[in-house]
Amino acid sequence: MSNRIDQLFRERDKEILSIYITAGYPGINDTPRLLRALQEHGADMVEIGIPFSDPLADGPVIQQSSQLALQNGITLDLLFNQLKEIRKSVNIPLVMMGYLNPVLQMGVERFLSRCRDTGIDGVIVPDLPPAEYESHYLELFRSYGIYNSLLVTPHTDDTRIRQIAALSEGFLYLVAASSTTGARTSVGDQQRDYFQRLKMMKLQVPGLIGFGISNRPTFLTACKYARGAIIGSAFIEALGAENSLSIEERVERFMGEIRGKIPA
Amino acid sequence: MGYKVDSGGFYGEYGGAYIPEMLYPNIRELEDSYMNIIQSEGFQSEFRLLLRDYAGRPTPLFKAERLSAHYGTQIFLKREDLNHTGAHKINNTIGQILMARQLKKKRIIAETGAGQHGVATATVCALTGMECIVYMGALDMERQAPNVKKMLMLGAEVRPVHSGNKTLKDATNEAIRDWINHPVDTHYIIGSVVGPHPYPDMVTRFQSVISEEIRMQVMEKTGRDYPDYLVACVGGGSNAAGAYYHYLDDRRVSLISAEAAGKGLDSGLTAATSLLGRPGIIHGSRTLLMQDDDGQIEEPYSISAGLDYPGVGPLHAWLAESGRARVYAITDDEALQAAFLCTRKEGIIPALETAHALAALEKINPGAEDVVVVNLSGRGDKDMDTYIDKLEI
Repeated sequence: MSNRIDQLFRERDKEILSIYITAGYPGINDTPRLLRALQEHGADMVEIGIPFSDPLADGPVIQQSSQLALQNGITLDLLFNQLKEIRKSVNIPLVMMGYLNPVLQMGVERFLSRCRDTGIDGVIVPDLPPAEYESHYLELFRSYGIYNSLLVTPHTDDTRIRQIAALSEGFLYLVAASSTTGARTSVGDQQRDYFQRLKMMKLQVPGLIGFGISNRPTFLTACKYARGAIIGSAFIEALGAENSLSIEERVERFMGEIRGKIPA
Repeated sequence: MGYKVDSGGFYGEYGGAYIPEMLYPNIRELEDSYMNIIQSEGFQSEFRLLLRDYAGRPTPLFKAERLSAHYGTQIFLKREDLNHTGAHKINNTIGQILMARQLKKKRIIAETGAGQHGVATATVCALTGMECIVYMGALDMERQAPNVKKMLMLGAEVRPVHSGNKTLKDATNEAIRDWINHPVDTHYIIGSVVGPHPYPDMVTRFQSVISEEIRMQVMEKTGRDYPDYLVACVGGGSNAAGAYYHYLDDRRVSLISAEAAGKGLDSGLTAATSLLGRPGIIHGSRTLLMQDDDGQIEEPYSISAGLDYPGVGPLHAWLAESGRARVYAITDDEALQAAFLCTRKEGIIPALETAHALAALEKINPGAEDVVVVNLSGRGDKDMDTYIDKLEI
């Protein structure tokens, strides 16, 4: 079977929207329900964040959701158990995003095997360096058919972008600004240059822009330069906002705003 | 089997640079230039001059006669406590501030637990007129108020960290996040031999002035240029790395590392990382690490704020695993007793961290003619509240 991520990029040309969620947040058992709601309301892909005690690349919003999820009692093992039946109701691509240490403790091979058995399509591990991935894990990922999407930033030089893009499967994660997640940046000249530079490189692997994408205007700007974008912190904030909406209603409202069906 | 870092940044299986791509240019710049800079004549002459005239080096090697008599051996104390700012930490911050200047950085960030490294960083920033931001856990800021005031007086900004458990590990996370957000103009002065390569090696090299001096001083005092035992405490492990450096491959020297057992190895309240930890990734380095089965990093405990780090420098993980260093777990109570013994026998009040190294003297059985060097890494002024509490009991 071909990977669902490839299928998505074949079938959908532009404005691909990937949403990041924190597993076990807001409630420990909310993840399957959230995935169904996101699919129903127009998410093209979901990144399921594996909570970690020390998320170095994350800003305050995802730090707090991770901490709450851990307090709720989520573990990687429990997450896989919760997702056992997920492919009966959800068919959009699912990606696991997490730091290396919890994956190492489970064992990389066991992790990949559970990903495959659960129907997970890809993985993002920000603190696994490309060279280390290539020399230690690439073959293992391939043998399980799990994609690894790597990151590039505005400070990554062209040669390295090509190297990383060549290793990256499914999509290349284009970090919009040198920042932790959730920093609200507008798209400035420097970023435009970077996006333009990427576009000119005509990389084979498609790109999705993430970090700082928070609403319809920033989503649309990102879509001018890449096949789509990833929204994390802004969605986590919408999930945690104090109001009486159900999870499904929060998802519907948020997705409606991003997709332009509901004015923000 | 060598104990120096290899070309990939590893000590055996430990070390490396497990960093997100956002940090790659900074780490790469440092990795590409640190050896050239350190080995350049200009850097060396400035570094040596500041170590001598500003930090007060060389620090003495003192024959502790009454402690020697007590243990029936020859004990020498390497007096790092006599450095400016009261500990070995200044060796590293002097080296790194000069490094930052060579790299044309304008802004300095640092993490601190007890505040010793924060003070040492704020000190060299004042000396060189650099902007200085120190991240410190909100809980640690309460516990170490005098050091917070010192940093403020030195002109540093101290940013409280409210994430996680609000201690050293979280302050380090926050400093790394700051660096991600300031990729061009900022240098991160890490306080120990931890973090991604090349930090563990770079900090070890700056601290290696300790073993360089020990070699000459032991020669002067005993007629041979090596001790039989070299004893140091290990949290992240910078004072131990510096004291061991020139003897790492010299098997005549037994390396003795004292880790904080806290309330005891089985108590759940401990910081004995290389005895209880399992391999994992913390702050960009593969090392031994206190963690649960799910790979979540656990908060360590020790009476000494300088030793309660959940990881250990990758060099020390390798020294412990390969058997090159013997690691002893020292409880809070054993450290306190050793601090009082050193104070009464030698008139030196050691830092609580250092007291763990002194307590290891109870565990090894050196012969009467053996030469034992204890790295007296810091002085006890900052720990007076804890000591006074114990005096009154």
